[in-house]
Amino acid sequence: MVNFLQHTFNGLVGGAFLALLALGLAVIFGMLRVVNFAHGAIYMLGAFGAYVLLTEVGLSFWWALLVMPIALALFGMALERLLVARLARLDPLYNFLLTFGLTLILQDAVKSRYGVQSSPYDAPAILSGTLDLGAFDFPAYRVFVLVMAVAVCVGVWWLLSRTRVGMVVRAATERPELSTALGIDVGRWVTPVFGFGIGLAGLAGVLAAPIRAVNPLMGADLIIVVFAVVVIGGLGSIFGSVAAGFAIGLVQAWVQALGEDWALLSQVLVFLVMAGVLLWRPAGLFGREEAPA
Amino acid sequence: MRTKAFVMLCSTALLASACGGGGPKSDAAGGGLSDGKVVFGVLNDQSGAYSQLSGKNSIKAVELAIADYKEKYGDKAVVKEFGVETADHQNKPDVANAKAAELYDRKAVDVILDVPTSSAALKVADVAKEKKKLYFNISAATTDLTGKSCNKYTFHYAYDTYMLANGTGRNTTEEGKKNWYIVYPDYAFGQDMEKSFSAAVEAAGGKIVGRDAAPFPNTSGDFSTYLLKAPTLNPKPDVLGTMQAGAELVALVKQYNEFKLRDKGVGLAVGLMFLTDIHSLTPAALAGTTYTDAWYWNHDLTNRAFADRFKTAAGVRPTFAHAANYSAALQYLEAVQAAGTDGSDAVVKQLEGKTVEDVFLRNGKIRAEDHRVVHDAYLAQVKTPAEVTEEWDYVKILRTVPAADAFRTPSPDCKL
Repeated sequence: MVNFLQHTFNGLVGGAFLALLALGLAVIFGMLRVVNFAHGAIYMLGAFGAYVLLTEVGLSFWWALLVMPIALALFGMALERLLVARLARLDPLYNFLLTFGLTLILQDAVKSRYGVQSSPYDAPAILSGTLDLGAFDFPAYRVFVLVMAVAVCVGVWWLLSRTRVGMVVRAATERPELSTALGIDVGRWVTPVFGFGIGLAGLAGVLAAPIRAVNPLMGADLIIVVFAVVVIGGLGSIFGSVAAGFAIGLVQAWVQALGEDWALLSQVLVFLVMAGVLLWRPAGLFGREEAPA
Repeated sequence: MRTKAFVMLCSTALLASACGGGGPKSDAAGGGLSDGKVVFGVLNDQSGAYSQLSGKNSIKAVELAIADYKEKYGDKAVVKEFGVETADHQNKPDVANAKAAELYDRKAVDVILDVPTSSAALKVADVAKEKKKLYFNISAATTDLTGKSCNKYTFHYAYDTYMLANGTGRNTTEEGKKNWYIVYPDYAFGQDMEKSFSAAVEAAGGKIVGRDAAPFPNTSGDFSTYLLKAPTLNPKPDVLGTMQAGAELVALVKQYNEFKLRDKGVGLAVGLMFLTDIHSLTPAALAGTTYTDAWYWNHDLTNRAFADRFKTAAGVRPTFAHAANYSAALQYLEAVQAAGTDGSDAVVKQLEGKTVEDVFLRNGKIRAEDHRVVHDAYLAQVKTPAEVTEEWDYVKILRTVPAADAFRTPSPDCKL
């Protein structure tokens, strides 16, 4: 039973990364109809940024946690203005290809400067121990990650459902033409929302730096799973992406814990779930099926 | 409508990332035999996960060998002109296959060196056999190169999974850490390593109390499930044996430290590790970990002198793969010198059964039966940060595994 609780808790921590990344993707897709393939590369930049801040500027993890998401959000806004906006009116495939290309450029730029080997990065001293959670003890840093992720998800939910800005964003997401017709300046919010989504990926990257291998390709594999999570949760559904992120993290942890015989299943699990969900509810678990155009 | 567009895009995304680019295909145009000229072909990973442990710096190692050959033989040298060609196989077997053919046929390469990644290495062995040209594999681990896939023109130089398991698995068990929990990446290399380690541990009187196949590639970079599980196994393992390599090894060790497994009485043994991995993780993260090394740059003065020359040329200290590339190029030139020709069959004849001493090969012998190059291996331990006094000097050698014990006896599967 204690084992089960441990694996459950651990699954939630793994899910926290998926949820943060999926949330950013969902927000961006909802507002801009852009499938941002560069999300994985931004996650990598977040982690690398933390490393560079520490080794070349001397700023600690806590500063990185503050600085990197903001810096990357600004970078995202510039990206949206300079590149993404130009392709916005064309078929979504163009922006998908653009962000795919950006991924390759960003990865290779980091590679050429820092090489492919992983860079060392440690958790802050205060979080490097373990916490007693009653039934078991758990690395303090992982508990912190989970708390941060939940706080951010709740914060975003509050922003969207309880503020005027959120109302505008939701309206623009669901019925862009109608919102414009009602006199809401949708265009004004496109750039900040894109930047916000990018900032979330950067935050996930900084959080990952102390416990995962920091190297130029760290986001390349992860992004595939995040796409699957977003599809499972339902397109553009903020709640769906977060819920699916945590759920996939949980289920993966459980199946991995079953042992060697289940190894194959744990590798394909997320895609099996995705296929199953698509067959059962093509719009995803929390997506809204729309009337055919 | 939106839903469909999104799902379609995501499927495209999945597809785009799943399919790697197809490799360039080369037409086998005749290059002719290189009269009076020896051309080396360094085929390896120059942009991916294995580009630091060998990569472009292996070309520098080959150039050092050429310089030494010239100096040794001067006017008496059979080979007067040299060439070094190189290609990036991106760790993909199909690319390795095409590039190897291109090197032999179009670039007039006489011998291919290096080739990390077992699946790619095996493809190149087939090409070497077909073209009847020499191939020294340095950085791939699979024992199949000297087993069922062996051939007359292929030599396996530096290490293999048997050497790693026999060194680390046996020694750790004999030290009294009898109960093992093995975590391995779920692909050819990892499965091969797991088998070799289990066999070595059990032969030494140990027991495998648990084993887990981790996804490969591990998309999340997370190994926490196995680390949580380790102390709860019954009986509790004395040691966690990880067969992960490169970035995955780095992630696993980070998390091993995070979960404080050492404090919980579960030690760490690493299947395959390169100097560059220790550099990434910093010695602090790995202090006390034992592993098997094929060569270490600061082991003695001979090695150190080579490492100094290498550092002048490449800017870093050599891994064992760099030293082995140097040695293979040098021994090839020696064989050509002795044979008086670079004809493949004559060179193979010179190499087979030869005993060799050089900076990499100690008590070295090129076995005629299966073309396994046997030599002394080393049981190494990562220093504590306090013991590290010089950059890149991260390891102390605990003991030497004699050449005769370090490698398996020739496999009956190998028919040259």
